[in-house]
Amino acid sequence: MSSDYLKEITSYLREYDGDSMNIMEVCGSHTAAIAKSGIKSIISDKINLVSGPGCPVCVTPSAYVDKLISLALEEGNCIATFGDLMRVPGSEESLNIAKGRGADVEMVYSPMDVVELAKKNPDKNYIFAAVGFETTTPVYALLLDTIVSEKIKNIKLLTAVKTMPAVIEHLLAEGAPIDGFLAPGHVCVVTGSKIFTPLAEKYDIPFAVSGFSGEEILEALYGLVKIKKGGRVMNFYPKVVTEEGNTSAKSLIDKYFTPSAACWRGMGIIKGSGLKIRDEYSYLDAGSEGLNEDIKKNKACLCDQVLMGKKTPKDCPLFGKVCTPLTPQGACMVSEEGCCHTWIANYR
Amino acid sequence: MEKVITMAHGSGGKTTGELIGAIFANEFDNEILNRMEDAAAVDGSKRIAMTTDSFVVTPLEYPGGDVGRLCICGTVNDLLSRGAIPKYITCGFILEEGLETETLKRIVHSMAETAREANVIIVAGDTKVIEGNGGLYINTAGVGFFDYDREISAEDAKDGDAILVSGTMGEHHATILGSRMSIANDIESDNAPLTDIVGALLKNKVDVHVLRDITRGGLATVLKELAKASESTFVVEDEKIPVSPQVRDFCGLLGLDPYYMGNEGKMVCIVDAKYADKALEIMKASKYGQDAALIGYVQKNEAAEKGMLYSKTSIGGLRNLDILQGEGLPRIC
Repeated sequence: MSSDYLKEITSYLREYDGDSMNIMEVCGSHTAAIAKSGIKSIISDKINLVSGPGCPVCVTPSAYVDKLISLALEEGNCIATFGDLMRVPGSEESLNIAKGRGADVEMVYSPMDVVELAKKNPDKNYIFAAVGFETTTPVYALLLDTIVSEKIKNIKLLTAVKTMPAVIEHLLAEGAPIDGFLAPGHVCVVTGSKIFTPLAEKYDIPFAVSGFSGEEILEALYGLVKIKKGGRVMNFYPKVVTEEGNTSAKSLIDKYFTPSAACWRGMGIIKGSGLKIRDEYSYLDAGSEGLNEDIKKNKACLCDQVLMGKKTPKDCPLFGKVCTPLTPQGACMVSEEGCCHTWIANYR
Repeated sequence: MEKVITMAHGSGGKTTGELIGAIFANEFDNEILNRMEDAAAVDGSKRIAMTTDSFVVTPLEYPGGDVGRLCICGTVNDLLSRGAIPKYITCGFILEEGLETETLKRIVHSMAETAREANVIIVAGDTKVIEGNGGLYINTAGVGFFDYDREISAEDAKDGDAILVSGTMGEHHATILGSRMSIANDIESDNAPLTDIVGALLKNKVDVHVLRDITRGGLATVLKELAKASESTFVVEDEKIPVSPQVRDFCGLLGLDPYYMGNEGKMVCIVDAKYADKALEIMKASKYGQDAALIGYVQKNEAAEKGMLYSKTSIGGLRNLDILQGEGLPRIC
């Protein structure tokens, strides 16, 4: 981006004095990037950035965490997981606390690491905690493909895989006051930008597909604020996002997963908002069906309202007092990409 | 000498004597320690700086260093942060049975070499063996002298002061995390004693107001604590923070923030702005300061809350930074 163009964008967004607009960044990576690049200090107060339900650990219900813990405590089992899921509260405790009392949990940085672990320790049953959105699902499909083709006997997945369009539709249908969406670039790398076109048209609302640098986010915001209304998808991340997306990744996902209802923390079950392992591979599923119970560890927690963009973290009575990154009461405080965590670290 | 440490090595009897003779006395050889008294008698100074620290890192050996080098660097750099020149160190070893003797030898050797490099003498030591699984823990105490009659304090940052760092951020943190998570990379720990840098700054009469080594919690945590201690506002610039391309990529991969990545051989140095160029030149001329940079300034505190830390971002935004929250866990998508 030329510095003149950046200046033009920045001054437009700084001086914007039209109708107030609520722009939702759906994805947790955008929430974190907005904080790190100080965007709120640049743009007009009339442009209100709202965080949405796009941090995977934040939307994982307590029943899923409870199931992971009970599996991890069974003799011979080991849970392999990404780091930030370890501290998400279940109904009673987190995986991290359960680990302290003997649950076997291994932190990995890629799902494929579990293949190596399973080969090294053939007597252990590994269960991968497969949580995430469209960005992570191709790797889970690849993991399943590897398990099947190499006939690995000691890996299963406990899945809570979610997809974006249905949850965004849920927000719009519930009347969330949103004037435009900052759409996650990495999701669109896989799905293609056209995944948001039906929603844009049906609700007459703009989507701007954006990368994750400060400049890229500013450019996408500029697109949303300048056109204001109009149901269309604008691709501001063309160097990696196409309209069709990654067709080979999509067909691998399609081989192993099929659309299903999914339970979202604080929002309940949303039809067609998830993926489950296909019946013919159900022997690789560690029991993901029916994990729909969602018990709040602390009744006063407003994570559900925050995830839907109806409240900001500061509206929550627990925020920064009982609920801190060291003592998270709700999932939004756990992950670096969780809305409450980002607020406490950057806007307090 | 057996191949692994056993409970007998902690008996206080013959086997303990063998362990001390074969490994510690050999490497830490000096007149004071060689007397093998119950306490070391050393020359003193009117006013001294003292510190203590424990080192429990896993793995014990990692690219660029080991727990032996780390314990000397950590102790020495803490003393230097007060403007004291490190002189004496004591060390207590807690060994778990099963520790390989060869590993212990390498670590002790590395410790002795680092002590020589940092110009400190290991004057007393102790060894205990406990049941366990081959682990090794070291507790140290360090004594330094105020050779330059300057006691540096975290409270002394003043309006207009220049904020410098002695090099690139995050190498130690990335090395340890990379080892623990088996992420292949060519990053090496920056663990180093910063005696040369601090000695040269004080010797050349740079008006140093604050020194602090950047360890756990990373640069942002250290700066925020210093801003609070001196009740001032610090403003740094994202683009001036030195980060190697390797560490930047590593952080990108795991969703970590270089501002919160720990080091074991880097310092924040806050000086009267008039001395900023001279301080930078001295740091850059030192072995462990080649990537030193001026990253920002202390500004008059006009915020309601005392002790604020801001960074100017590359797109002209202002980010409000706090101390590290939680543990800096890798993200998942």
